[in-house]
Amino acid sequence: MKQEPIKTEAIEITYREAVREALRDAIKRDERVFLMGEDVGRYGGCYAVSHGLLAQFGPERIRDTPLSESGFTGAGIGAAMAGMRPIVEVMTVNFSLLALDQILNTAATLRHMSGNQFGVPLVIRMATGAGRQLAAQHSHSLEGWYAHVPGIKVLAPATLEDARGMLWTALEDPDPVLIFENVMLYNMTGKLATDAGPVDIDKAAVRRPGRDISLIAYGGSLWKTLEAATTLAGEGIEAEVIDLRSLRPLDDATIMASVAKTRHAIIVDESWRTGSLAAEVGMRIVEQAFWSLDAPLGRVCSEEVPIPYPRHLENAAIPQATKIVAATKAALDRA
Amino acid sequence: MTAAADKPRLSREHMLDLLKQMIRIRRFEDKCAELYTQEKIRGFMHLYDGEEAVAVGVIPVLDKRDRVVATYREHGQALVRGVPMTTIMAEMYGKQEGCARGRGGSMHLFDAATNFYGGNAIVGGGLPLAVGLGLADHMRGNDIVTACFFGDGAVAEGEFHESMNLAALWELPVLFVCENNLYAMGTALALSESETDIHRKAECYRIISEAVDGMDVVAVEAAARRAVHAVRESRKPYFLECRTYRLRAHSMFDPQLYRDKAEVEARRHSEPIVRFQQWLETNHMIHPEDLPRILAEIDAEIAQSVAFAEAGTWEPVDQLTRFVYADAAVPAGR
Repeated sequence: MKQEPIKTEAIEITYREAVREALRDAIKRDERVFLMGEDVGRYGGCYAVSHGLLAQFGPERIRDTPLSESGFTGAGIGAAMAGMRPIVEVMTVNFSLLALDQILNTAATLRHMSGNQFGVPLVIRMATGAGRQLAAQHSHSLEGWYAHVPGIKVLAPATLEDARGMLWTALEDPDPVLIFENVMLYNMTGKLATDAGPVDIDKAAVRRPGRDISLIAYGGSLWKTLEAATTLAGEGIEAEVIDLRSLRPLDDATIMASVAKTRHAIIVDESWRTGSLAAEVGMRIVEQAFWSLDAPLGRVCSEEVPIPYPRHLENAAIPQATKIVAATKAALDRA
Repeated sequence: MTAAADKPRLSREHMLDLLKQMIRIRRFEDKCAELYTQEKIRGFMHLYDGEEAVAVGVIPVLDKRDRVVATYREHGQALVRGVPMTTIMAEMYGKQEGCARGRGGSMHLFDAATNFYGGNAIVGGGLPLAVGLGLADHMRGNDIVTACFFGDGAVAEGEFHESMNLAALWELPVLFVCENNLYAMGTALALSESETDIHRKAECYRIISEAVDGMDVVAVEAAARRAVHAVRESRKPYFLECRTYRLRAHSMFDPQLYRDKAEVEARRHSEPIVRFQQWLETNHMIHPEDLPRILAEIDAEIAQSVAFAEAGTWEPVDQLTRFVYADAAVPAGR
């Protein structure tokens, strides 16, 4: 008897809902998993990511915390060391600075410093990025800072598949993993397969193939970069768009393979230019693929200012598709 | 646990063991100071001289399954907890046979076998960690107590206050042990705290708290029995402030400009070992042959630990980056 092929259905879903599904799935799958953070329960999450989870799982596993970033992040570390699999949510990356001691001095150091006797299988999620007119204390992109630190892994899911799939893989990791969710992506909608599941967390992805230049981006900037690539295609420039996905470790192989093909590269990064992740990626290209390059590398980063409140200034401060198009043309000497 | 378990044991054997444990820490550290001058031990090294009654009074009251979080002044806690002196000394040397593979040194002793979660050298940094250990035990219904040691300096940190609040709010089984030696490095308590009665800070968070003479090992042990029993039965936090005094410098680099020699000398009269030994003599609980026997046993153990450390080996440089992350071949860690 001939069987009907199993149809994978896709549903319309937001990025926010994809993260929520990932949380729901993880909490169901593993009794050690719980979510902890400011307003994750009764309020439903600062960005409404955990809306409805308290009613489903109760206050022990959807744990509202006081405004004590260092305290509850450290509590997540301790709970992870004692066998739990906590997911700590920090409202925004700016607030995570209050927990920097625990993340850097404890979570990142313990395995090495204890001679591999203790590990910290903890996941920390936080919102990052500008674009909602939240001004200079809620809008920065500091994931590149975190990517500086050995001992942690840093992820930037840009797609629905990654928003849905990175969390479980991160929870299975024996070491601390930080997941940065760009605030401008939460309302992004698209189709996601109903059976979407865990994805790898150590490879970059080619989101659009092209032969003329490599545009290397991550997180919220990915979509601006894809928009720029569409514009460029209309002018006969075929840009290859790479989504880094993991900021630490960086997938050098995918980057270098692309650069070897296109011989040009622009890095798009919403953090400030000076000492940025873009600088790190660029230097790696210089170290590993210098002789493949036909032109100097370029970067599109945020202006070196605290992110301002008014929309026109905020837009001017961060990478935009138009800037990416201009930088690409300059690199290809087609301005 | 029976009600009798929180009563002090006053047998001669137990009293001599308390004395021995304190002398064992003191002489181990005297040896460490000597080895430091010989440059066998480097880095920062903080001695526990004068504070031994705290670790010796508290830690033996804990069960094997319980957990200990300590500070960078943690040689005493590690020794009393049962981390082998050999591996502690090797760690002081930085040898790979050390209890943290030589990577931590004096300030970062770790031992998974005895649930010793380390020497944390960020003042206050161990408190949130202890809260998290307690949170896991609370969520899993484990009958485990986490004892968290920290100094008076830590109470000025935000992490202290956040941790007090979380432990009380969530009713976590954590015993907070404040080793109040009156100085945060070189800053006197009165110069850094508006409220110098530290245990009252815990009361503000509705944590049962008490202060005890931290130079009296019997008093510390009695308080620790009450405290550990209370945490185990109530599954709530408890705060024990042990008032003590550091007789040596903060670290090996400290000329002690911030306190008078006379103050230190005066405190030396109340130091815990001599005081307890005199008490034992007065009460005829120590026999003339006891002390030489104890010293001989300790000195033999110290000599063995030094020999172990001397014979230890340096971790090969090709291992430098190992265990930044778990080995890929090894399944998920604890």
